[in-house]
Formats: sequence, structure tokens, C-alpha cells
Amino acid sequence: MKRRLLKALIVFFVLCVTGWGANQATAAKDIRMSTTTSTENSGLLGYLLPVYEAKCSCKVRVISVGTGKALELGKNGDVDVVLVHARPSEDKFVAEGHGVNRSDVMYNDFILVGSQTDPLRLRGTKDVIAAFKILGEGKAKFISRGDNSGTDQMEKNYWKQAGVEPKGAWFISAGLGMGEVLTMAGELQAYTLSDRATYGAYRSKTGLDILVQGDPKMFNPYGVIAVNPKKYPDANYEGAMDFINWITSDEGQKRIAEFKVDGEQLFFPSAKKDN
Amino acid sequence: MDLLQPTHEAFSLLFSGNPEIWRIIFISLRVSLIAMLVVTPLAVAAGFFLATVAFPGRRALVILIQGLLSSPTVVVGLLLYLLLSRQGPFGSWHLLFTQEAMIIGQIIIAFPVVVAFTLSAVQGADPRAHETAVSLGAGTARAALTTLLEVRFGVMAAVFNAFGRVFSEIGCSLMVGGNILGLTRNIPTAIALETSKGEFAQGIALGIVLMAVALGVNYALAFLQGEGGLK
Repeated sequence: MKRRLLKALIVFFVLCVTGWGANQATAAKDIRMSTTTSTENSGLLGYLLPVYEAKCSCKVRVISVGTGKALELGKNGDVDVVLVHARPSEDKFVAEGHGVNRSDVMYNDFILVGSQTDPLRLRGTKDVIAAFKILGEGKAKFISRGDNSGTDQMEKNYWKQAGVEPKGAWFISAGLGMGEVLTMAGELQAYTLSDRATYGAYRSKTGLDILVQGDPKMFNPYGVIAVNPKKYPDANYEGAMDFINWITSDEGQKRIAEFKVDGEQLFFPSAKKDN
Repeated sequence: MDLLQPTHEAFSLLFSGNPEIWRIIFISLRVSLIAMLVVTPLAVAAGFFLATVAFPGRRALVILIQGLLSSPTVVVGLLLYLLLSRQGPFGSWHLLFTQEAMIIGQIIIAFPVVVAFTLSAVQGADPRAHETAVSLGAGTARAALTTLLEVRFGVMAAVFNAFGRVFSEIGCSLMVGGNILGLTRNIPTAIALETSKGEFAQGIALGIVLMAVALGVNYALAFLQGEGGLK
């Protein structure tokens, strides 16, 4: 009995080690993409990538982090392509020679969400800066991503424009992804800034309502950038460009428009037709 | 939060043979088992050496190893990330965001655990085993083997302990693995991700597997120890 157990263990061990765990060594063709949490958490990539992967017969390896970290990974050459949303950081990324061929992909918008009771009575207002001024009085909890993501950078920008230095017990810097922050805001009945896509995927789970939307300042464009092959010759530039061409093609753009959560379109294609 | 509903879903996920979940489980097992396979002989030898050979600086080294027992896995992850990043000194090896990187991380985490526990097991061994072996004409290596066999349960406990630590650690796996689906997403990183997505059923399903493997490992240990575990 003991012997048999031992034998079974050894067999299992060998199977695991020799690749029963289906280790796929990363083929040279595989594309490594760092992206924001919103594209992954909302389910968009799960919808888009299988179509592309079937077409290119390659794998897209997704590393889903905040925009700041996603660009950092591109800067270090640890990925081949980045899909992010923070235009000033993206332009800097390209200007500093870390990336090439930035293309618009899609957009959605930021929204200010909070509990249904809405103690600060922000519901239905349209001016995001005015809302942030009221939030800055500290009468209700606000949860910040605090992770230098695209959403976080936009939020900091709003605080700056509102002339508020967010500090104090009401301001919670979570250091988490968008989905986690929305869940936290639901639990704590707090306010937070979200992109519409992630909120759409979490609405029923958190019970949060959209309070402020529609301010032109809340426009949220996404861009895709290939990591500079001159800087990192061994990056999969060809794969990155193929992916960029696909996601900005009619087919890719159509897929983005078709992606819906609870019947609602979350991303709007915006690639320019002439490129 | 209703706990029963997601737990129920968790079981149906596991037993409906959801390939994605089982893949995550196998990746976890594979990475941790390979790491233990590599680290065990090295660390046991190091532990034995530290326990039996006097050399200058030995005491400091022992303290260092014992201190490393509590090294946070995220720090190991961060250091390894900096080393393996393409801009880092070993960037040309292209190991970042691979299973190999996770294995290296787990080796680093497991090493001090196995060394420290082997060290204390050997120190607690009856010295007569070694003396008898030597008096019967055993060489250094043979005598060492005799002592290690004498304290095999302590050494096994060291290995299982280290396995428990690496199998459940998340910080390092997340940093150097990148939580890539089907490649480097293991049980702990998947639980963190699913929880962040509010998908509690998947999280619970994987948590059950994690606990089951931990229990299974301990059961196997107790079984193999058999009567020998009794004193």
C-alpha cells in the first residue's frame, strides 16, 4: 500500500514535471501585451482576442496592470505592445523613443459613481470639476485607485483643476485595480471615479449608480503602441504591428463595437480609417 | 454576501471539468514541484553542511538563513523582477513572465526553509549514528547519508513545509509571472484576480483545491512517516 502510494506519487510527479501541466513554451510568435485593468476586467479582451488568435495562429499573452505600470513594462522592453488610456503619458512614451506607431483604438468615458443614497446630492450634475470641489470638502468617503493608472491620472488631474489637495480620512487611496475599487466603493458606500466599461461589468455586483457623466472633460480615449524595435531588437515587433493593424482594421473595430455587457455597448471604436 | 451560492457554483465548476480551472491547477503544481525538485538536494546538503562543519562565519550564516525564513515573497519577486527585466542584468535570458521565472522565485523562497529545518533536524540527531557509521568504515558521504536517513522525517517535514510555502505564495508569482492566462496564472494569482473581478465562485473553487492539496501533502507525509513518526 505504502509502496503503491509512493509509486503513484512518483508517476504524478513525473507527469507534472514533464509537461502534463501543458507548459507551452512561449513560441517566438507570441505577442506580449501589457494593458490596463479596464480592458481585461470588463471582458473586452476575452471577447476580442480569441478571434485574433485564431487568425494569426499565435497567442496574445496579456499582462493586465494599471496604465502607469503597463507603460513601464513597455519602457523596459518586457512586452511587445501596450494598450492603454492616458494620452499625455502615451505621447511622452513615444516622444522618449520607447514606442512607435501609436494608433487610436477606441474610447469610452469616465463617470463618477456612488451609492444610491448619494449623500452629497451629485446625481445628475454635469460638471466634473464642480463635483470634485464638493467631494473635496470631505463630507463623504472617496476611493482613489492610487496606482498611477489612466483613471488615477485623470482623477489627479480633476483634483488639481478643482484646487483640492485630497487628504484626510475621507480620501482612501486603495492601490487596486478598477474592479476592486468599485467593489470596495460598493461595500463602503463611497464615491469613486470609474471608466464606463469596468463599471458596466460591475454594476449589478456593486449596486452603485452613475452620478456625474457627460462632461467633455471625462472623455477617455484608448491607444495602442508598439514597443520600439530599434530599442529592443528582440521584441516581437512584427507581431505587435500585426495586432495593431488588426485591432484598428474594420474587422477589429467592428468586434469592439459589438462587445456588450448587459446589452450595453462599453467601448466605441475610434481608429482613423486612413491608416 | 451569500456564501452558499458561490460555494455551490464552485463545486459544479470543479466537477464539470472546466478546462481553464484545471489548467491553472496543473500550472501551480508543475511550477512548485519543479522548484522543490531543484531546491531539495541543494538545500538539504547545505543544511547538513551548516549543521556539521565548523567554519568562520558559520553562526552569522545560520542567523541569516533563519532571518530569510520570514523574507516577504514580494521582495523576492521585486528583486527577481529587476534582475530578469530586459533592462536588468539577466534580461537577455528572456525569462520574465515565464514559468521558469516563477520556478526560480520559488526556489529562492524555499531554499532557506529547507536549509533551516534540515539544520535543526541534523543538530538534533543522535551523534552515535554518525560515529557508528564512521567506525564501520563509512566515508564522509556515506556517513552523512546515514545521519540524514536517521533524521529523514525532520528533512521530509522541511521539504513539505517549503512546498506549502511556495505552493500558496502569491507575491513573487504575480510579479515575475505576470498572471498570464494559460501560462503563468497559478492558483493563488487566479484567486486574487477572480476576487478582484467579483467572481467569488472561481475563487472559492481554487481555494478548495489549494486546501485539498495542502491537506493531501500533509496526509501523505503522515502516511509515509507511519510508525516511524512515533517516538
